[in-house]
Amino acid sequence: MATAVVADTGERENYLNAGHGPKSWLLTVDHKRIALLYLISITFFFFVGGFFALLIRLELLTPAGDLVQSDTYNKLFTMHGQVMVFFFLVPAVPAVLGNFLIPLMIGAKDLAFPRINLLSWYLFIIGGLLMIFTILSGGVDTGWTFYTPLSTEFLKTNVVSAAIGIFFAGFSSILTGLNFIVTIHRMRAPGMTWNRLPLFVWAHYATSIIQVLGTPVVAIALVLVVLERLFHLGIFNPLLGGDPLLFQHLFWFYSHPAVYIMILPGMGIISEIVCCFSRKRIFGYKAMALAVLGIAVIGFLVWAHHMFVAGISVYAALIFSLLSYLVAVPSAIKVFNWTATIYKGSVTYQTPMLYAFGFVGLFTIGGLTGLFLASLGVDVHVHDTYFIIAHFHYIMVGGMVMAYLGGMHFWWPKISGRMYPEGWGKLAALIVFIGFNLTFFPQFILGYMGMPRRYHSYPPEFQILNVLSTAGATILAVGYLLPMVYFMWSMRYGKPAPPNPWNAAGLEWQTHSPPPTFNFDEEPVVTWEAYNYDEMGEIPEKPEKEEVPVAH
Amino acid sequence: MFGHLPLWPENASTNAGSVDALYIFLLLVSGIMTVLIFAVLTAFAVRFRKRRGQRAVQIEGSTHLEITWSIIPFCVMLVFFVWGAVIFFQERTPPQDATEVYTVAKQWMWKFEHKGGQREINELHVPVGRDVKMIMTSQDVIHSFFVPAFRLKQDVVPGRYTTLWFRATKAGTYHLFCSQYCGTQHSGMVGWVTVMEPRDYEAWMSGGAGNQPLAVTGEKLFTELGCVTCHRSDTQGRGPNLVGVFGKPVLLEDGRTVIADENYVRESILEPAAKIVRGFKPVMPTFQGQLSDEQLNALVEYVKSLAGPQSGRPANASGVAVATPQP
Amino acid sequence: MHTSQAAVDEPAHENPALLHHFATEEQQKNAASLGMWVFLAQEVMFFGGMFCAYLVYRYKYFADFGSASQQLDIKLGATNTVVLICSSLTVVLGVRAAQLGKRMALVFWLVATIFLGLVFLGIKADEYAEKFEKHHVPGASFSYHELLPSQEKLPEAERQYADPHHAEMYFSLYFAMTGMHALHMVIGVGLFGFLAYKAWRGKYTPEYYTPIENAGLYWHFVDIVWIYLFPLLYLIDRHR
Repeated sequence: MATAVVADTGERENYLNAGHGPKSWLLTVDHKRIALLYLISITFFFFVGGFFALLIRLELLTPAGDLVQSDTYNKLFTMHGQVMVFFFLVPAVPAVLGNFLIPLMIGAKDLAFPRINLLSWYLFIIGGLLMIFTILSGGVDTGWTFYTPLSTEFLKTNVVSAAIGIFFAGFSSILTGLNFIVTIHRMRAPGMTWNRLPLFVWAHYATSIIQVLGTPVVAIALVLVVLERLFHLGIFNPLLGGDPLLFQHLFWFYSHPAVYIMILPGMGIISEIVCCFSRKRIFGYKAMALAVLGIAVIGFLVWAHHMFVAGISVYAALIFSLLSYLVAVPSAIKVFNWTATIYKGSVTYQTPMLYAFGFVGLFTIGGLTGLFLASLGVDVHVHDTYFIIAHFHYIMVGGMVMAYLGGMHFWWPKISGRMYPEGWGKLAALIVFIGFNLTFFPQFILGYMGMPRRYHSYPPEFQILNVLSTAGATILAVGYLLPMVYFMWSMRYGKPAPPNPWNAAGLEWQTHSPPPTFNFDEEPVVTWEAYNYDEMGEIPEKPEKEEVPVAH
Repeated sequence: MFGHLPLWPENASTNAGSVDALYIFLLLVSGIMTVLIFAVLTAFAVRFRKRRGQRAVQIEGSTHLEITWSIIPFCVMLVFFVWGAVIFFQERTPPQDATEVYTVAKQWMWKFEHKGGQREINELHVPVGRDVKMIMTSQDVIHSFFVPAFRLKQDVVPGRYTTLWFRATKAGTYHLFCSQYCGTQHSGMVGWVTVMEPRDYEAWMSGGAGNQPLAVTGEKLFTELGCVTCHRSDTQGRGPNLVGVFGKPVLLEDGRTVIADENYVRESILEPAAKIVRGFKPVMPTFQGQLSDEQLNALVEYVKSLAGPQSGRPANASGVAVATPQP
Repeated sequence: MHTSQAAVDEPAHENPALLHHFATEEQQKNAASLGMWVFLAQEVMFFGGMFCAYLVYRYKYFADFGSASQQLDIKLGATNTVVLICSSLTVVLGVRAAQLGKRMALVFWLVATIFLGLVFLGIKADEYAEKFEKHHVPGASFSYHELLPSQEKLPEAERQYADPHHAEMYFSLYFAMTGMHALHMVIGVGLFGFLAYKAWRGKYTPEYYTPIENAGLYWHFVDIVWIYLFPLLYLIDRHR
C-alpha cells in the first residue's frame, strides 16, 4: 500500500502537514490535532496555576502576610486550585495523550465521535475564557471547594463566573469520557479483544466511567450555588432552613472520584513505560485491569472521608473510613505489580523510565499518607492542615504530573516526529524530583505540627519549614520550564524519529511518526497479545531515524 | 529562625498521646513500606539492567502473589482503621459531667462564654485535669475549632451546635486556629487556649466583675420573651413543662422519640414546628431572627439548669447515647 | 496548499451517511446508540443531584412541603403528564415510519411530537405565570401565607400555617427541577425541529434512521424525568 504523499513537497502526508492555516486546525475533527489543541490550552493553564503557586510560596517565606493582602492571598490559593484541578489535572492526560493515542492503540481511524471531540475542546475553551475573565476581573476567593454559606452568602467576588467556567470544563470532560467509552467498545480493530487492550486504554476506560457518572453531580452542585447567589434561594443557607452540609456531600460525591480521574490515566501511562523499558509484559495483566475498574467503582463510595469533622455522625464516619481503606488495596496492587514487572527484565533508564520510577516512589508515599487520613483518630488532627496539602500534592504532582511528563517524553517521537534531547530530559527529571520533594516533604511536618491550610500568615515557629518548601518550589519551577523549552526546540531541531524509536509494543508504534491523518496505511488485524516483548528486540542504541527526510 | 527547629506539636491533652501513638505506628509502617519499595525498585533496576546477551524473562503473573499482597496490606489497614476508630469514638463521647463552655464563632473571632457568665474573645481559659466540653455554633459561615496541642478539631457550623471535649494535662498556652476557610481574615482568626492549674483557674473565674451566670441570663430572657407564659411548671401550660426535660428522651407527636439535647432545644426555639411533643398543639411561634447566638446559648443553658445537677446529660449534641468515657 | 487523498483502500460508500472513520454502517449505528445511552446515564446523575436535595428537604420539612405542593394545579400537572406520554408515543410512531420508509408520515409524527412538546411548555409557562402572580417565586418578592395540609378541618383559631422559609425551599427546588426539565425539553424540541427538516429532505431511510432513534431515546428520557417529577412535586400529601 503506497503511503500518501503531500503533493508540493513530496513529504509523506501526516496529520501535521495535512492542511495548513487556522481553519484547518480550529475546525479539525482529527483526534490528533484536537489533542494538540488541548496540549496548548492545558499547558497555558498549567503555567497560570503554577504562577499562582509561586506567589503563594513567595508569600509564605515570611510569617507575616506582607507580600499581598489577605483577600488577594485567598484569591491566589482559590484560583491555583481551580485552575490546576479543572483546567489542567482533569483534562491533561485524557484530552492530550488519551485523545491522541486511544484510536491508535486500538487500531481505529479516529474516535467514535470526532465532532463531539472538537466540541469538547470548544467547551473547555469557553470554560477557560470564563476562568480568565474571573481572574482578570478581580478573582474569586471561595477556595476551590466553594463551601457554603461562605460562597453563596458572604463573598462579593466572581463566584458565578468561576462556577459557570468550571461547569463548562466539566461538560467538556463528560463528553470526552463518553467518546472514549463508545470508542473502546465499538471501534477496536479486528483481533483487538478486551484482553489484548493496552493498560493505558483500560485506565482511560475506567476514568471515563468516573467522568460520565461523577461530573454531573458537581455540575448540579455548582448550578445550585449559582442559583442561590442570583436569586437568594435558601438551599444551603441555615437562616432559611437550608443545610450547608448538603453542598459538601454533593460537591465531594464528584470531587473524590475526581482525584481518580486525575490519577488513573497516569497509572495507565506508567504501565506502558515500565513494560517498554524493562522489555517485559506487565506482571499480572488481569489484576491490573481489574484494579483500575475497582478503583473507579470503590472511589464512588468514599466521599465523606473529606467530612469527618464536618458534623457527620460517628457511624457515617466509621463506614467511610473503612471504605477508604478498601480503595487503597487496588492502588497498592498496582505498585507491587509495576515493581514485579521490572524483576528479571532488561532495564534501561531513558527519561520516560526515570519519570516512571519517580512516579512509583512518590505515589507510594502519597498513597501511604492517604492511609493516615483514612484513620479517623489521625484525620481529626491533620484535616485542613498542610498534611493534607502534602498528601494530595504527592499524588497529583509527584504522581500525576510526573506520569504526564513521562508520557509526553515517551510518545513525543510519535506525536511530533522528533526526538527530544535525552540528556536534557534526564536532567529535567532529576530537577523535578528533587524540587518536588523539597517543596512538599516539609509540609507533612508542618501539617502535623498544626499549621492550617489556606493561611496567609502563620506563627513564626513554622517559618523554617516554609522556607525550605519555597526553595523547593523554585527548583521545581525550573524543572517544569526545561521540557517546555526543549520540546519546542525539538520541533525544529530535534532528530527525526522513526516509527518505533523505543522498539515498543503497541499498535501506535506500528505506524509512522507522526502518524498519517487516518492513522494507519491499512487497518491492522491483531493476532498477538498485549506487551509482546518476547517478540520484540532490544531498544535501539540510537533511537533516531536512519534516513534523512526530504528537505523542504 | 534557626535557633529551634520544631518538628512536633506540644502534647497537652489526654487525647494527644493516643493520637501520637497511632501516628507513630503509621509512620513506622509507612516508613518500612516506603524503604522496602524504594530498595526493591533500586535493587531490581540495578540488578536487571540491560546486559549484552541477556533477554528479559516474560512472567505472566501470579494469582497467589496478588491475593497475598492484597490481603496482608488490607489486614494491616484494618489495624489502622480500628485503632483510629477507637480514638475517634472516645473523642466524640464527652464525659457526663464535663465543664461546658459555649462558643460562638464569627468572622473573624472566637467568642467564649463560661457557665458563670465569664466572657472571652479569642482566649479560652480552662483548668488542668478537668473535662471540658465546647458547645459551638457559628454566627455566619463554617469555621473550625482547632487546637494542635490537643490533636482535636471540630467544624463549627451555622444553624446547629457541634461539640468537642478534651481534658488538658499540662498548664501552658497553646495555639487555637480556625481551620475551615472562612473568608478574608481566616488566618487572623487565631487565639490561645490557656490551661491553668486549678487554683489559678478558680482565681481567674472569680476575678471578673459581677458576671451573671449564663443560666440566670437565660432565665431573664425566658421571662422577657414570654416563654414562661406557655412553658409553666404545672400541667396547665400550652407548652410542655421544661423542668427535668433536658437530657431525657422526648416522645413526639409523630411517634418518634428524640433526646432533648442542645440541638433539640435550639431547634425548638427557632423552628418549633419541626418536632411537636405528643399531646401538645403546634402553637409555639418561632424566634428565628430575633435572638443572637449568645442569647440562644443562654436560653439553652437555662433549660439545662432546670434538669437538675446530675441529670442524664447526653453524650453529644447529636443525640448519641451516653457511653462511659475513657480518660 | 492542498493535500492528496490518502491512498487508502476505503470501501466505496454507497451511503453518504456513513462517516469516514467507521468501517461499516452497523458499527456507526451501534456507536451512536451506545453514545446516547452513555449520555443518558450522565443525565440521570445530573438530575439525581437535585432529586437528592429534594428528598432531603421533603423529609426534613414534611408538612411544609405538603402545603406548598398543594399550591400546584394538579389538573394542569396531570394534563402535562398525559401530553408528554402521548409525545413519546408520537416519537415511537415516527421511528416506525422511518423504519418503513414513509417520509411524510415520519415528518408528521415528528411535527406532532414538537407540537405536544410545545403544549407542555405552554402549560408550564402558564403555571409559572400563576406562581409569579401569587408571589411564590423564590427571591426578594416571595411571600407565602398558606395552611399546612388538613388544617382547614380545624376551627379557624387553631389552624397552623406553613413556615414560609420552608415553603420557599420547596419552590426553589420546584423551579430548579422543572426549569432544568423544561430546558431539556426545549433542546429536544429544537432537535426534533432540525430532524423534521432533514426528514422532509429525505435524509432518513429504512437503512439509516439512527438520529431519529437516538433523539427518541433522549425524548423518552426527558419523559421519564417528568414521570418522577410529577408525583414528587404535585402528588405528595394529596391523600390528606
